[in-house]
Amino acid sequence: MIFKKRFILIISFLILSCIGINHSNSIEPDVFVQSTVNRASKLLSENITKEEKIEKLKEIAKDTVDIQGIGLYTLGAARKSLSDEDRSIYSEQFEKYFLKSFSSRLAEYTNPEIDVFAKQVLNKNYTIVNSLLKATTERPEIKIDWRIYTKNPNDPLIRDLIIEGLSLARTQKEEFASVLSSNNGDINALFKTLEEFSNN
Amino acid sequence: MYTIIIMKKILLTSFLTLLLMFGAIAGTDGVNELSKNKPKQVKDCFEKLNRGTFALNQGLDKVIFKPVAKAYRTLPSPIRSGTNNVLVNLSSLVTIPNNVLQGQFKTAGVNTGRFIINTTVGILGIFDVAKEMGFSEYEKEDYGQTLGAWGVGPGCYIVLPVLGPSTLRDAAGSFINVMGGDPYYNISAHGNNEFLDKSDYMLTKTLTAVDFRAKNLETLDNLEKNSLDFYASVKSLYLQDRKRKIANTKPSATIEILYEGDWEEIETQ
Repeated sequence: MIFKKRFILIISFLILSCIGINHSNSIEPDVFVQSTVNRASKLLSENITKEEKIEKLKEIAKDTVDIQGIGLYTLGAARKSLSDEDRSIYSEQFEKYFLKSFSSRLAEYTNPEIDVFAKQVLNKNYTIVNSLLKATTERPEIKIDWRIYTKNPNDPLIRDLIIEGLSLARTQKEEFASVLSSNNGDINALFKTLEEFSNN
Repeated sequence: MYTIIIMKKILLTSFLTLLLMFGAIAGTDGVNELSKNKPKQVKDCFEKLNRGTFALNQGLDKVIFKPVAKAYRTLPSPIRSGTNNVLVNLSSLVTIPNNVLQGQFKTAGVNTGRFIINTTVGILGIFDVAKEMGFSEYEKEDYGQTLGAWGVGPGCYIVLPVLGPSTLRDAAGSFINVMGGDPYYNISAHGNNEFLDKSDYMLTKTLTAVDFRAKNLETLDNLEKNSLDFYASVKSLYLQDRKRKIANTKPSATIEILYEGDWEEIETQ
Protein backbone atom coordinates (compact mmCIF):
# COMPACT_ATOMS: atom_id res chain seq x y z
CA MET A 1 0.00 0.00 0.00
CA ILE A 2 2.76 2.40 1.04
CA PHE A 3 4.74 1.35 -2.02
CA LYS A 4 1.74 2.05 -4.25
CA LYS A 5 1.28 5.51 -2.69
CA ARG A 6 4.95 6.28 -3.14
CA PHE A 7 4.79 5.09 -6.76
CA ILE A 8 1.82 7.41 -7.48
CA LEU A 9 3.66 10.30 -5.82
CA ILE A 10 6.79 9.68 -7.87
CA ILE A 11 4.78 9.45 -11.11
CA SER A 12 2.86 12.64 -10.25
CA PHE A 13 6.11 14.41 -9.44
CA LEU A 14 7.64 13.29 -12.72
CA ILE A 15 4.61 14.46 -14.73
CA LEU A 16 4.57 17.80 -12.92
CA SER A 17 8.30 18.18 -13.45
CA CYS A 18 7.89 17.47 -17.15
CA ILE A 19 5.13 20.07 -17.42
CA GLY A 20 7.34 22.46 -15.49
CA ILE A 21 10.30 21.79 -17.77
CA ASN A 22 8.21 22.27 -20.91
CA HIS A 23 6.75 25.44 -19.55
CA SER A 24 10.06 26.89 -18.47
CA ASN A 25 11.62 26.08 -21.86
CA SER A 26 9.01 27.84 -23.95
CA ILE A 27 10.15 31.32 -24.90
CA GLU A 28 7.67 34.17 -25.14
CA PRO A 29 7.91 35.77 -28.62
CA ASP A 30 8.26 39.31 -27.24
CA VAL A 31 11.04 38.25 -24.88
CA PHE A 32 12.70 36.45 -27.80
CA VAL A 33 12.56 39.57 -30.01
CA GLN A 34 13.84 41.88 -27.28
CA SER A 35 16.74 39.56 -26.48
CA THR A 36 17.59 39.18 -30.19
CA VAL A 37 17.49 42.93 -30.65
CA ASN A 38 19.64 43.48 -27.58
CA ARG A 39 22.14 40.92 -28.87
CA ALA A 40 22.35 42.64 -32.27
CA SER A 41 22.41 46.10 -30.74
CA LYS A 42 25.28 45.17 -28.41
CA LEU A 43 27.22 43.79 -31.36
CA LEU A 44 26.61 46.86 -33.51
CA SER A 45 27.92 49.17 -30.80
CA GLU A 46 31.14 47.16 -30.43
CA ASN A 47 34.36 48.71 -31.62
CA ILE A 48 35.13 46.15 -34.33
CA THR A 49 35.44 46.34 -38.11
CA LYS A 50 32.38 46.29 -40.35
CA GLU A 51 33.44 42.93 -41.77
CA GLU A 52 33.64 41.42 -38.27
CA LYS A 53 30.20 42.84 -37.50
CA ILE A 54 28.80 41.31 -40.67
CA GLU A 55 30.18 37.87 -39.77
CA LYS A 56 28.76 38.04 -36.24
CA LEU A 57 25.40 39.29 -37.53
CA LYS A 58 25.25 36.27 -39.82
CA GLU A 59 25.62 34.03 -36.75
CA ILE A 60 22.77 35.83 -35.00
CA ALA A 61 20.61 35.46 -38.11
CA LYS A 62 21.32 31.73 -38.35
CA ASP A 63 20.20 31.33 -34.70
CA THR A 64 17.09 33.46 -34.80
CA VAL A 65 15.70 33.65 -38.35
CA ASP A 66 13.81 30.91 -40.20
CA ILE A 67 15.88 31.36 -43.36
CA GLN A 68 14.53 28.19 -44.97
CA GLY A 69 10.92 29.24 -44.32
CA ILE A 70 11.48 32.75 -45.67
CA GLY A 71 13.16 31.26 -48.72
CA LEU A 72 10.15 29.07 -49.50
CA TYR A 73 7.72 31.94 -48.96
CA THR A 74 9.82 34.24 -51.13
CA LEU A 75 9.70 31.78 -54.00
CA GLY A 76 5.91 32.08 -54.11
CA ALA A 77 3.97 29.70 -56.34
CA ALA A 78 7.22 28.57 -58.01
CA ARG A 79 8.12 26.52 -54.92
CA LYS A 80 5.32 24.06 -55.71
CA SER A 81 6.82 22.98 -59.02
CA LEU A 82 10.43 22.79 -57.87
CA SER A 83 12.27 19.47 -58.18
CA ASP A 84 14.10 18.15 -55.10
CA GLU A 85 17.43 18.94 -56.71
CA ASP A 86 16.41 22.52 -57.56
CA ARG A 87 14.95 22.95 -54.10
CA SER A 88 18.25 21.98 -52.55
CA ILE A 89 20.21 24.36 -54.85
CA TYR A 90 17.73 27.12 -54.09
CA SER A 91 17.92 26.62 -50.31
CA GLU A 92 21.68 26.87 -50.39
CA GLN A 93 21.75 29.93 -52.63
CA PHE A 94 18.94 31.66 -50.79
CA GLU A 95 20.73 31.28 -47.49
CA LYS A 96 23.87 32.89 -48.89
CA TYR A 97 21.83 35.69 -50.48
CA PHE A 98 19.77 36.25 -47.34
CA LEU A 99 22.71 36.35 -44.94
CA LYS A 100 24.60 38.79 -47.14
CA SER A 101 21.62 41.04 -47.68
CA PHE A 102 20.48 40.90 -44.03
CA SER A 103 23.87 41.51 -42.46
CA SER A 104 24.95 44.30 -44.79
CA ARG A 105 21.63 46.09 -44.23
CA LEU A 106 22.00 45.91 -40.46
CA ALA A 107 25.73 46.65 -40.34
CA GLU A 108 25.00 50.24 -41.43
CA TYR A 109 23.30 50.96 -38.11
CA THR A 110 25.23 51.90 -35.02
CA ASN A 111 23.64 51.10 -31.69
CA PRO A 112 19.99 51.04 -32.78
CA GLU A 113 17.58 51.29 -29.85
CA ILE A 114 14.50 49.12 -30.25
CA ASP A 115 11.79 48.79 -27.63
CA VAL A 116 9.32 45.92 -27.74
CA PHE A 117 5.96 47.08 -26.41
CA ALA A 118 3.22 44.62 -27.41
CA LYS A 119 2.40 41.31 -29.05
CA GLN A 120 -0.58 39.84 -30.88
CA VAL A 121 -1.09 36.08 -31.14
CA LEU A 122 -2.45 35.33 -34.63
CA ASN A 123 -2.72 31.56 -34.20
CA LYS A 124 -0.62 28.73 -32.78
CA ASN A 125 1.99 29.22 -35.51
CA TYR A 126 2.36 32.98 -35.50
CA THR A 127 2.67 35.89 -33.11
CA ILE A 128 3.24 39.47 -34.19
CA VAL A 129 5.55 41.39 -31.87
CA ASN A 130 5.30 45.19 -32.02
CA SER A 131 8.36 47.36 -31.46
CA LEU A 132 9.66 50.89 -31.97
CA LEU A 133 13.02 51.90 -33.35
CA LYS A 134 13.77 55.11 -31.48
CA ALA A 135 14.21 58.34 -33.44
CA THR A 136 17.62 59.92 -33.98
CA THR A 137 18.51 63.35 -35.34
CA GLU A 138 18.77 61.75 -38.80
CA ARG A 139 15.53 59.79 -38.92
CA PRO A 140 12.12 59.68 -37.25
CA GLU A 141 10.81 56.94 -34.97
CA ILE A 142 10.05 53.75 -36.93
CA LYS A 143 7.45 51.11 -36.10
CA ILE A 144 8.67 47.56 -36.65
CA ASP A 145 6.45 44.48 -36.34
CA TRP A 146 8.04 41.04 -36.23
CA ARG A 147 6.31 37.92 -37.52
CA ILE A 148 7.44 35.17 -35.19
CA TYR A 149 6.99 31.53 -36.13
CA THR A 150 5.93 29.80 -32.93
CA LYS A 151 5.07 26.29 -34.06
CA ASN A 152 7.76 25.08 -31.72
CA PRO A 153 7.31 27.41 -28.73
CA ASN A 154 10.71 26.39 -27.40
CA ASP A 155 12.42 27.62 -30.51
CA PRO A 156 10.66 30.72 -31.91
CA LEU A 157 12.02 32.07 -35.17
CA ILE A 158 11.70 35.35 -37.07
CA ARG A 159 9.91 35.06 -40.41
CA ASP A 160 9.22 38.65 -41.42
CA LEU A 161 9.84 42.27 -40.49
CA ILE A 162 6.97 44.65 -41.17
CA ILE A 163 8.35 48.18 -41.18
CA GLU A 164 5.72 50.93 -40.97
CA GLY A 165 3.21 48.46 -42.39
CA LEU A 166 5.46 47.31 -45.25
CA SER A 167 6.44 43.66 -45.25
CA LEU A 168 10.06 42.95 -46.16
CA ALA A 169 9.30 39.30 -46.98
CA ARG A 170 6.50 40.31 -49.35
CA THR A 171 8.75 42.88 -51.04
CA GLN A 172 11.39 40.19 -51.50
CA LYS A 173 8.77 37.76 -52.81
CA GLU A 174 7.59 40.27 -55.43
CA GLU A 175 11.17 41.01 -56.37
CA PHE A 176 11.87 37.30 -56.95
CA ALA A 177 8.61 36.99 -58.92
CA SER A 178 9.79 39.86 -61.13
CA VAL A 179 13.15 38.16 -61.79
CA LEU A 180 11.34 34.93 -62.69
CA SER A 181 8.76 36.69 -64.85
CA SER A 182 11.36 38.62 -66.84
CA ASN A 183 13.07 35.28 -67.56
CA ASN A 184 9.94 33.34 -68.58
CA GLY A 185 9.80 31.57 -65.21
CA ASP A 186 13.24 29.99 -65.63
CA ILE A 187 14.42 29.04 -62.14
CA ASN A 188 18.02 28.82 -63.38
CA ALA A 189 17.93 32.56 -64.15
CA LEU A 190 16.97 33.18 -60.52
CA PHE A 191 19.80 30.91 -59.35
CA LYS A 192 22.22 32.89 -61.52
CA THR A 193 20.98 36.23 -60.16
CA LEU A 194 21.25 34.97 -56.58
CA GLU A 195 24.74 33.66 -57.21
CA GLU A 196 25.86 36.94 -58.77
CA PHE A 197 24.48 38.87 -55.80
CA SER A 198 26.20 36.64 -53.26
CA ASN A 199 29.54 36.75 -55.08
CA ASN A 200 29.65 40.50 -55.57
CA MET B 1 -9.31 84.55 -70.41
CA TYR B 2 -12.18 82.92 -68.52
CA THR B 3 -13.03 80.78 -71.59
CA ILE B 4 -9.44 79.51 -71.71
CA ILE B 5 -9.61 78.46 -68.06
CA ILE B 6 -12.92 76.64 -68.67
CA MET B 7 -11.45 74.95 -71.78
CA LYS B 8 -8.41 73.87 -69.75
CA LYS B 9 -10.66 72.36 -67.09
CA ILE B 10 -12.76 70.53 -69.69
CA LEU B 11 -9.58 69.09 -71.22
CA LEU B 12 -8.25 68.03 -67.83
CA THR B 13 -11.61 66.49 -66.88
CA SER B 14 -11.66 64.50 -70.12
CA PHE B 15 -8.10 63.32 -69.51
CA LEU B 16 -8.97 62.33 -65.95
CA THR B 17 -12.05 60.41 -67.11
CA LEU B 18 -9.95 58.62 -69.71
CA LEU B 19 -7.33 57.69 -67.14
CA LEU B 20 -9.98 56.35 -64.77
CA MET B 21 -11.72 54.38 -67.53
CA PHE B 22 -8.39 52.93 -68.61
CA GLY B 23 -7.61 52.14 -65.02
CA ALA B 24 -10.89 50.32 -64.53
CA ILE B 25 -10.35 48.23 -67.65
CA ALA B 26 -6.66 47.55 -67.15
CA GLY B 27 -6.62 46.46 -63.53
CA THR B 28 -7.34 42.80 -64.02
CA ASP B 29 -4.44 40.67 -62.85
CA GLY B 30 -1.11 40.87 -61.06
CA VAL B 31 0.08 40.44 -57.53
CA ASN B 32 -1.11 43.28 -55.34
CA GLU B 33 -4.64 44.18 -54.37
CA LEU B 34 -5.31 47.79 -53.55
CA SER B 35 -8.94 48.79 -53.41
CA LYS B 36 -10.65 48.80 -50.06
CA ASN B 37 -14.11 47.60 -50.99
CA LYS B 38 -13.69 45.84 -54.30
CA PRO B 39 -10.22 44.35 -54.46
CA LYS B 40 -8.66 44.73 -57.89
CA GLN B 41 -5.16 43.73 -58.79
CA VAL B 42 -2.36 45.86 -60.11
CA LYS B 43 -0.91 45.04 -63.48
CA ASP B 44 2.34 46.45 -64.77
CA CYS B 45 0.87 47.13 -68.25
CA PHE B 46 3.68 49.45 -69.35
CA GLU B 47 6.60 47.62 -67.73
CA LYS B 48 9.14 48.42 -70.45
CA LEU B 49 8.24 52.09 -70.48
CA ASN B 50 8.05 52.14 -66.68
CA ARG B 51 11.51 50.62 -66.36
CA GLY B 52 12.82 53.25 -68.78
CA THR B 53 11.23 56.07 -66.79
CA PHE B 54 12.50 54.50 -63.58
CA ALA B 55 16.05 54.53 -64.99
CA LEU B 56 15.58 58.17 -66.02
CA ASN B 57 14.37 59.04 -62.51
CA GLN B 58 17.34 57.23 -61.00
CA GLY B 59 19.63 59.33 -63.19
CA LEU B 60 17.88 62.54 -62.13
CA ASP B 61 18.07 61.42 -58.53
CA LYS B 62 21.78 60.79 -58.78
CA VAL B 63 22.51 64.15 -60.42
CA ILE B 64 19.96 66.41 -58.71
CA PHE B 65 17.83 65.07 -55.87
CA LYS B 66 20.40 63.06 -53.93
CA PRO B 67 23.05 65.84 -53.83
CA VAL B 68 20.39 68.42 -52.92
CA ALA B 69 18.99 66.09 -50.23
CA LYS B 70 22.50 65.56 -48.85
CA ALA B 71 23.03 69.33 -48.70
CA TYR B 72 19.61 69.74 -47.08
CA ARG B 73 20.64 67.22 -44.43
CA THR B 74 23.53 69.48 -43.40
CA LEU B 75 21.07 72.20 -42.35
CA PRO B 76 20.51 72.46 -38.59
CA SER B 77 17.84 70.09 -37.30
CA PRO B 78 15.40 72.86 -36.19
CA ILE B 79 15.39 74.30 -39.74
CA ARG B 80 14.66 70.89 -41.24
CA SER B 81 11.93 70.06 -38.74
CA GLY B 82 10.41 73.53 -39.19
CA THR B 83 10.38 73.06 -42.98
CA ASN B 84 8.84 69.62 -42.58
CA ASN B 85 6.17 71.05 -40.25
CA VAL B 86 5.26 73.79 -42.76
CA LEU B 87 4.96 71.23 -45.58
CA VAL B 88 2.86 68.87 -43.46
CA ASN B 89 0.64 71.76 -42.40
CA LEU B 90 0.07 72.76 -46.04
CA SER B 91 -0.81 69.16 -46.91
CA SER B 92 -3.78 69.47 -44.52
CA LEU B 93 -5.47 71.56 -47.19
CA VAL B 94 -5.74 68.44 -49.34
CA THR B 95 -6.23 66.04 -46.43
CA ILE B 96 -9.26 67.83 -44.95
CA PRO B 97 -11.51 67.72 -48.09
CA ASN B 98 -10.48 64.07 -48.54
CA ASN B 99 -11.43 63.28 -44.93
CA VAL B 100 -14.86 64.73 -45.73
CA LEU B 101 -15.15 62.85 -49.03
CA GLN B 102 -14.36 59.61 -47.20
CA GLY B 103 -16.94 60.36 -44.52
CA GLN B 104 -14.33 60.90 -41.80
CA PHE B 105 -16.06 64.01 -40.44
CA LYS B 106 -14.55 63.82 -36.96
CA THR B 107 -11.02 63.52 -38.39
CA ALA B 108 -11.78 66.41 -40.75
CA GLY B 109 -12.73 68.51 -37.73
CA VAL B 110 -9.58 67.55 -35.83
CA ASN B 111 -7.40 68.28 -38.88
CA THR B 112 -9.09 71.65 -39.41
CA GLY B 113 -8.43 72.54 -35.77
CA ARG B 114 -4.83 71.40 -36.15
CA PHE B 115 -4.39 73.51 -39.30
CA ILE B 116 -5.85 76.65 -37.70
CA ILE B 117 -3.75 76.31 -34.53
CA ASN B 118 -0.51 75.51 -36.36
CA THR B 119 -0.99 78.26 -38.95
CA THR B 120 -1.68 80.92 -36.33
CA VAL B 121 -0.05 80.01 -33.02
CA GLY B 122 2.50 77.82 -34.79
CA ILE B 123 3.53 80.69 -37.14
CA LEU B 124 2.53 79.39 -40.59
CA GLY B 125 3.01 75.82 -39.43
CA ILE B 126 6.68 76.10 -38.44
CA PHE B 127 5.84 74.80 -34.97
CA ASP B 128 3.56 71.81 -34.45
CA VAL B 129 1.73 73.35 -31.50
CA ALA B 130 -1.28 71.05 -31.99
CA LYS B 131 0.89 68.00 -31.32
CA GLU B 132 2.08 69.53 -28.05
CA MET B 133 -1.58 70.16 -27.19
CA GLY B 134 -2.29 66.44 -27.56
CA PHE B 135 -3.96 66.31 -31.00
CA SER B 136 -4.06 62.78 -32.44
CA GLU B 137 -1.42 61.62 -34.94
CA TYR B 138 -1.79 63.24 -38.38
CA GLU B 139 -2.39 60.96 -41.38
CA LYS B 140 -2.15 62.46 -44.88
CA GLU B 141 -5.01 61.77 -47.30
CA ASP B 142 -5.19 62.48 -51.03
CA TYR B 143 -7.66 62.14 -53.89
CA GLY B 144 -6.11 58.86 -55.06
CA GLN B 145 -6.85 57.39 -51.63
CA THR B 146 -10.40 58.74 -51.73
CA LEU B 147 -10.98 57.18 -55.15
CA GLY B 148 -9.60 53.90 -53.77
CA ALA B 149 -11.85 54.14 -50.71
CA TRP B 150 -14.80 54.70 -53.05
CA GLY B 151 -13.98 51.45 -54.81
CA VAL B 152 -12.19 52.76 -57.92
CA GLY B 153 -9.62 50.18 -59.04
CA PRO B 154 -5.96 51.19 -59.19
CA GLY B 155 -5.55 50.49 -62.89
CA CYS B 156 -2.07 49.88 -64.17
CA TYR B 157 1.07 50.62 -62.23
CA ILE B 158 2.94 53.54 -63.78
CA VAL B 159 6.19 55.35 -63.15
CA LEU B 160 5.91 59.08 -63.77
CA PRO B 161 8.92 61.13 -64.84
CA VAL B 162 10.35 62.95 -61.78
CA LEU B 163 7.28 62.14 -59.65
CA GLY B 164 8.03 58.41 -59.44
CA PRO B 165 5.78 55.40 -58.75
CA SER B 166 2.02 55.71 -59.09
CA THR B 167 -1.04 53.98 -60.52
CA LEU B 168 -3.44 55.35 -63.08
CA ARG B 169 -5.95 56.04 -60.33
CA ASP B 170 -3.41 57.78 -58.11
CA ALA B 171 -2.10 59.85 -61.04
CA ALA B 172 -5.68 60.88 -61.79
CA GLY B 173 -6.02 61.77 -58.10
CA SER B 174 -3.00 64.06 -58.41
CA PHE B 175 -4.65 65.85 -61.34
CA ILE B 176 -7.59 66.70 -59.10
CA ASN B 177 -5.19 68.84 -57.04
CA VAL B 178 -4.50 71.12 -60.00
CA MET B 179 -8.14 71.07 -61.07
CA GLY B 180 -9.25 72.90 -57.96
CA GLY B 181 -8.85 70.18 -55.34
CA ASP B 182 -5.89 71.80 -53.63
CA PRO B 183 -6.77 75.20 -52.14
CA TYR B 184 -3.07 76.07 -51.88
CA TYR B 185 -2.67 75.53 -55.64
CA ASN B 186 -5.79 77.59 -56.33
CA ILE B 187 -4.53 80.51 -54.26
CA SER B 188 -1.00 80.29 -55.70
CA ALA B 189 -1.93 79.83 -59.34
CA HIS B 190 -5.27 81.61 -59.70
CA GLY B 191 -5.51 83.70 -56.56
CA ASN B 192 -4.50 87.02 -58.16
CA ASN B 193 -2.70 88.02 -55.00
CA GLU B 194 0.62 89.70 -54.42
CA PHE B 195 1.90 87.15 -51.90
CA LEU B 196 1.82 83.87 -53.81
CA ASP B 197 2.20 82.70 -57.39
CA LYS B 198 2.56 79.36 -59.18
CA SER B 199 6.31 79.23 -58.51
CA ASP B 200 5.60 79.15 -54.76
CA TYR B 201 3.47 76.05 -55.29
CA MET B 202 6.23 74.43 -57.36
CA LEU B 203 8.81 75.33 -54.71
CA THR B 204 6.67 73.70 -52.04
CA LYS B 205 6.35 70.51 -54.08
CA THR B 206 10.11 70.45 -54.75
CA LEU B 207 10.83 70.97 -51.06
CA THR B 208 8.47 68.11 -50.19
CA ALA B 209 10.43 65.83 -52.54
CA VAL B 210 13.79 66.95 -51.14
CA ASP B 211 12.58 66.55 -47.55
CA PHE B 212 11.35 63.01 -48.32
CA ARG B 213 14.62 62.12 -50.06
CA ALA B 214 16.70 63.51 -47.21
CA LYS B 215 14.78 61.42 -44.69
CA ASN B 216 15.31 58.28 -46.75
CA LEU B 217 18.90 58.68 -47.95
CA GLU B 218 20.34 55.60 -46.23
CA THR B 219 17.17 53.52 -46.52
CA LEU B 220 16.94 53.92 -50.30
CA ASP B 221 20.68 53.43 -50.80
CA ASN B 222 20.52 50.30 -48.70
CA LEU B 223 17.48 49.01 -50.56
CA GLU B 224 19.12 49.58 -53.92
CA LYS B 225 22.35 47.93 -52.83
CA ASN B 226 20.56 44.85 -51.51
CA SER B 227 17.93 44.38 -54.19
CA LEU B 228 17.96 41.80 -56.93
CA ASP B 229 15.58 44.04 -58.86
CA PHE B 230 15.36 47.55 -57.43
CA TYR B 231 12.47 48.48 -59.74
CA ALA B 232 10.39 45.56 -58.40
CA SER B 233 11.26 46.43 -54.78
CA VAL B 234 10.16 50.05 -55.16
CA LYS B 235 6.98 48.97 -56.93
CA SER B 236 6.14 46.48 -54.18
CA LEU B 237 6.78 49.00 -51.40
CA TYR B 238 4.74 51.71 -53.14
CA LEU B 239 1.75 49.42 -53.70
CA GLN B 240 1.86 48.04 -50.15
CA ASP B 241 1.98 51.58 -48.78
CA ARG B 242 -0.96 52.73 -50.89
CA LYS B 243 -2.97 49.72 -49.82
CA ARG B 244 -2.32 50.50 -46.16
CA LYS B 245 -3.26 54.14 -46.65
CA ILE B 246 -6.47 53.36 -48.54
CA ALA B 247 -7.50 50.94 -45.82
CA ASN B 248 -6.65 53.69 -43.29
CA THR B 249 -4.73 51.25 -41.14
CA LYS B 250 -2.09 52.47 -38.75
CA PRO B 251 1.49 51.72 -39.78
CA SER B 252 1.43 48.36 -38.06
CA ALA B 253 0.85 45.22 -40.06
CA THR B 254 -2.33 45.21 -42.11
CA ILE B 255 -4.82 42.38 -41.76
CA GLU B 256 -4.04 41.10 -45.25
CA ILE B 257 -0.32 40.92 -44.52
CA LEU B 258 -0.92 39.26 -41.16
CA TYR B 259 -3.21 36.51 -42.39
CA GLU B 260 -1.61 35.82 -45.75
CA GLY B 261 -2.32 32.17 -46.52
CA ASP B 262 1.10 31.52 -48.03
CA TRP B 263 2.72 31.62 -44.61
CA GLU B 264 0.44 28.85 -43.31
CA GLU B 265 1.60 26.49 -46.06
CA ILE B 266 5.24 26.69 -45.09
CA GLU B 267 6.31 24.36 -42.31
CA THR B 268 9.90 24.09 -41.28
CA GLN B 269 9.55 22.85 -37.69
